[in-house]
Amino acid sequence: MYTQALDIPQQNAEKAPRAVENPAYQAEFDAKIDAGGYIEAKDWMPEAYRKTLVRQISQHAHSEIVGMLPEGNWITRAPTLKRKAILLAKVQDEGGHGLYLYAAAETLGVSRDELLDALHTGKAKYSSIFNYPTLTWADIGVIGWLVDGAAIMNQIPLCKCSYGPYARAMVRICKEESFHQRQGYDLLLTMMKGTQEQREMVQDAVNRWWWPSIMMFGPHDKDSVHSGQSARWGIKRISNDDLRQKFVDATVKQAEVLGVTMPDPELKWNEERGHYDFGAIDWDEFWNVVNGHGQGNVDRLAARVKAWEDGAWVREAALEHERKRAAREHQAA
Amino acid sequence: MTTTPAHIEYVTRLGDNALILGQRMSEWCGHAPVLEEDMALANMSLDLIGQARMLLTHAGKLEGKGRDEDQLAFLRTEMHYRNLTLCELPNVDFGRTMVRNFLFASLQVLLWERLLASSDTELAAIAAKSLKEARYHAQHAGDWVVRLGDGTAESHERAQAALDYLWPYTAEFFAANPTDEAIAAAGIGPAWSELEAAWEAVVVPVLNEATLTVPARTPFKSYGKFGRHSEHLGHLLSEMQYLQRTYPGAQW
Repeated sequence: MYTQALDIPQQNAEKAPRAVENPAYQAEFDAKIDAGGYIEAKDWMPEAYRKTLVRQISQHAHSEIVGMLPEGNWITRAPTLKRKAILLAKVQDEGGHGLYLYAAAETLGVSRDELLDALHTGKAKYSSIFNYPTLTWADIGVIGWLVDGAAIMNQIPLCKCSYGPYARAMVRICKEESFHQRQGYDLLLTMMKGTQEQREMVQDAVNRWWWPSIMMFGPHDKDSVHSGQSARWGIKRISNDDLRQKFVDATVKQAEVLGVTMPDPELKWNEERGHYDFGAIDWDEFWNVVNGHGQGNVDRLAARVKAWEDGAWVREAALEHERKRAAREHQAA
Repeated sequence: MTTTPAHIEYVTRLGDNALILGQRMSEWCGHAPVLEEDMALANMSLDLIGQARMLLTHAGKLEGKGRDEDQLAFLRTEMHYRNLTLCELPNVDFGRTMVRNFLFASLQVLLWERLLASSDTELAAIAAKSLKEARYHAQHAGDWVVRLGDGTAESHERAQAALDYLWPYTAEFFAANPTDEAIAAAGIGPAWSELEAAWEAVVVPVLNEATLTVPARTPFKSYGKFGRHSEHLGHLLSEMQYLQRTYPGAQW
């Protein structure tokens, strides 16, 4: 998922594109992009393209690993052994997505440690959706259905993005995310067939996650600062508003089957447009959460930093053991 | 073969070991020292939950009272749980988690190997699947025990402290009561006394390689597999069983 912050103005955002560094290389690069080809790690690329990709891929990777926390919150309390196994497998997949994405970012000349340091010190962002709390078991289903659903809409175009290692990672990620979405929906269907209390839990979770989910597509196209350049580079293929509309149209029908309502009185079918109309997004709320003005952000980051710091002695031990082993081998040789 | 109470008890013990340790290991998810270990711990937890599902389903069928895996997992209280005490102890740190996994998985490898020939054919089939998983768990944890024991001064100290703390609970692995005698007599599982020397022969060389000191046996005894647990199990169950207890009879 989780590419929303790509479109967020940053104080230090580089002025892309930079001056042409080498006209011949630039021409070759442009031709490859225009022909819909892939740029590979060994190919020449403009510095601004590289930086944009590092920012986007690492943000995506961070989102995957921070995203393990809200769902991990329910692993020990899953209501059946089957659901526990499904949730564990899902969270494990997210760790795997984080790994492929860090590996894809490393092909651009940054290390995983540098990227993690940027996350831990608050310099790098992750998707703000994970700053929201998971309050009931129904949240696990709704995250699968809405959050992963929105993520898939965002990510499918990335499977064809111009940077080969990122595009290939996204193909695998999208397959797994589709599976997660179906599992989330299945969890909710089961709860909706259950008791009144279970149905209330589902509706409450939908009420809390609906608006944050549609905010995952980022600002309106007219306010999106990075979109134009990213589109020219073949990193972003479809606009925020088009993806958002596609998501709303697909999801409203699924909500009807499920028997829940969306917390938006203005949500209705527009025959003329052939799409659902929906109410105005509360952008103040969006920017507050994106910019980390919330305790959710503080808690999530603190949990990541604590895991990293608590694990320092383990990582040091592994390195020291490797040094000792190599020294012994050297001595024996 | 006729089902005996000892048979049900034995299969329940094996299921409870897998469930309780799987539950403990799942607490690491998102909090491990490196991303690869987040995934490895989640994966091993998933293996154990999978084993627990097969074993508790089997125990429920042997019992014949219509209890399924979830009724056994979520609706029994401490005194009816039959896991080894070692499995329920808190994780504390990565060192204790890895030493525990190593001690336990090394036992499981030997046990599953013997259970391949169990007179209970269902149990033998579960053993065949579980053996592969236990071998991986033992290898993974054993590698970490060596890295931590023979790593830095701090990691050595932590690994030794973990071993000193956990070692007394391993006496319970080999303790036997009339259930165990009946199981051995029926050819369902091996006598524990037969596994003790083999387990030490596997475990001690790795601890030596890790430069750890194997603690001496003490008079301490734990009795989790006989139904008398530590204080920790009640907290683990109250968290794990919360939804099933709060909404009785609901389907999830």
